[in-house]
Amino acid sequence: MIEIKNITKVYGSAGAEKVRAVDGISFTIKDGEFVAIMGPSGSGKSTLMHILGALDTPTSGTYHLDGKDVSSLTDEELAEIRRNHIGFVFQSFNLLPRTTVLRNVSLPLMYAGVKVEEREARAKAALVSAGFNESHFLHLSNQLSGGQIQRVAIARALVNNPSLILADEPTGNLDTRTGEIVLGTFQKLNRENGSTIILITHEPDVAMHANRIIHIRDGKIVEDKINPNPTKARTDTVDKI
Amino acid sequence: MTLSDIYHETSSALRANKVRSGLTMLGIVIGISSVIALIAIGNGAQSSIQSSIQSIGSNLIIVMPGATRTPGSIVSAGRGTAQSLTNEDATAIASQVSGVVAADPEVSSNKQVTFQGTNTRTTILGTGDQYPTVRNLQIADGSYFTQNQITSLARVAVIGPTVVTDLMATGTEPVGQEIVIGGDTFTVIGVTVAKGGSGFTNQDDQIFIPLTTAQQLFTGNKYLSTISVEADNTNDMAAVQADITTLLLGRHSISNPTNADFSTINQADIAATASGITQTFTILLAAVAGISLLVGGIGIMNMMLTTVTERTREIGLRKAIGAKKSDISTQFLVEAVSLTFIGGGIGVALGILASYLVTTFGGITTSVTSSSVILAFCVSAGIGIIFGYYPARRAASLNPIEALRYE
Ligand SMILES: Nc1ncnc2c1ncn2[C@@H]1O[C@H](COP(=O)(O)OP(=O)(O)OP(=O)(O)O)[C@@H](O)[C@H]1O
Ligand SMILES: [Mg+2]
Repeated sequence: MIEIKNITKVYGSAGAEKVRAVDGISFTIKDGEFVAIMGPSGSGKSTLMHILGALDTPTSGTYHLDGKDVSSLTDEELAEIRRNHIGFVFQSFNLLPRTTVLRNVSLPLMYAGVKVEEREARAKAALVSAGFNESHFLHLSNQLSGGQIQRVAIARALVNNPSLILADEPTGNLDTRTGEIVLGTFQKLNRENGSTIILITHEPDVAMHANRIIHIRDGKIVEDKINPNPTKARTDTVDKI
Repeated sequence: MTLSDIYHETSSALRANKVRSGLTMLGIVIGISSVIALIAIGNGAQSSIQSSIQSIGSNLIIVMPGATRTPGSIVSAGRGTAQSLTNEDATAIASQVSGVVAADPEVSSNKQVTFQGTNTRTTILGTGDQYPTVRNLQIADGSYFTQNQITSLARVAVIGPTVVTDLMATGTEPVGQEIVIGGDTFTVIGVTVAKGGSGFTNQDDQIFIPLTTAQQLFTGNKYLSTISVEADNTNDMAAVQADITTLLLGRHSISNPTNADFSTINQADIAATASGITQTFTILLAAVAGISLLVGGIGIMNMMLTTVTERTREIGLRKAIGAKKSDISTQFLVEAVSLTFIGGGIGVALGILASYLVTTFGGITTSVTSSSVILAFCVSAGIGIIFGYYPARRAASLNPIEALRYE
């Protein structure tokens, strides 16, 4: 369960012009929710996401994750949460350069202490559920197309079976069909594993797959509504794989 | 992270920048190999000096005329200049001091020596018949002169191998030849075994003649330039030395030991002085090599800092997907230590090779000791840890998002 109260994030040091990227946002997201966050460019979506992912600290406000005050956690405890509970898909993907697809995806498993023999199987399963073609598993990360990179980044976020998946525009570079595969995977994880999913998107079509949609503008929530009829991703493609 | 993960991460990181890793390693290679080679040269010098000190005799005490000086200066001072020791002193030492195996009186002078038109200038040593025993002198050919020949002032000579090569054509049998020393004709009756040149004096470039003959022909008096005494065993050296001093003070009627007209020195003192000198020499060499090692270490730190800066985004990513601080710092520390370890290994091999080449082509004795190899290894690992620690810590404490945004 995520509870944030009056979170702000102000960039810029004293004197210089300050940017209030996140400006007093509060909400609660219960376990098992599938939330889409929408908003224009520069509205503070990524900044908020980094705070939710325990990657960045807010300037003010409180953040409780599963009842724990994140600001009070040590470096080690934060690393443990990122390692075992959160899967993060970055807007700019961030794969390790000159490293194979398979190794990129198994990296979180290495830090989680998963046995070597088990890593490969789990990484392959995650890549398949992200719609990644098996023939490219041993390609290096700098030999991939934009869409392929995006799917590797998604697979890496899924590989450690996180209870919270944070995805920053995960379908931005994907064609509709591959986008559907990814959204279908998210819905399946949400439905079958009860994973909490928060995804950022510009596209209303994509947002309609979520159960709840939050609109942000200039760092503030302008709308927070339940989506009564989420679009079902065409899972036939997922099942085929 | 398992060991194989760390190995994989490290080797791929080092391989990603082969040239830079290689150059950084080169600093350590040069540092370690010069430490090994220079210490080997220092040790070699030490052991060759020690063995040449051993070769002048065993349990040797040397008595010289003149006032007491420090052990180091006695060796080089013009010995035999003062006139205070006599044949009788030598006889008295041999007969009256307990623990003495033999005491041999000697006079030395420098003379022109000619043989069938060839000539050389060398040291002429008049000795008693005990000289070969006391000074570890071995005869290769012929024999040393006897007490009878000494008593009869025989004109016989035992010559060193260098003298043989200086004077005689190769293939000449030296024994039986007549040589002229300072105008007087001597018959060669023996040739000594080569001891090898050592330090400043060449022990092979000497001619030995009976003491009495030398005193009669060359010095014209009864005084000695040295008495060489061989003690029974090493433990009694100090006691024997003290007894000799007491005996001679009595014989020369000197009551205050500080006014002694002779001085004694034992082999252990010479060895200690020489080893002190060579040790200083070794330390100096090691210090020079140590500086190059330090420079190599700074090279490692420089490279690791560059690497950390270059890979800031990667570090941010690793932390974002759950790497602990210790995972990151271990990774960078292992990278630094591997560089120094591989560099250290190559350095040790090169250092041993260099010492071998110095011995083969430079003719200088070297000795690579296992302790210097172990030292070099520990130092190189230590350099990796010390100079890798700071960059590793820096990498580990980066904030993940700031690191990811780093351009
Ligand atoms: N490190 C930073 N330093 C200064 N300003 C920043 C920093 N990161 C973000 N900002 C500013 O904060 C605001 C919000 O940025 P953010 O990346 O959260 O936007 P976004 O909603 O994700 O936009 P987009 O849809 O384009 O990804 C922007 O005005 C941006 O310029
Ligand atoms: Mg963004």
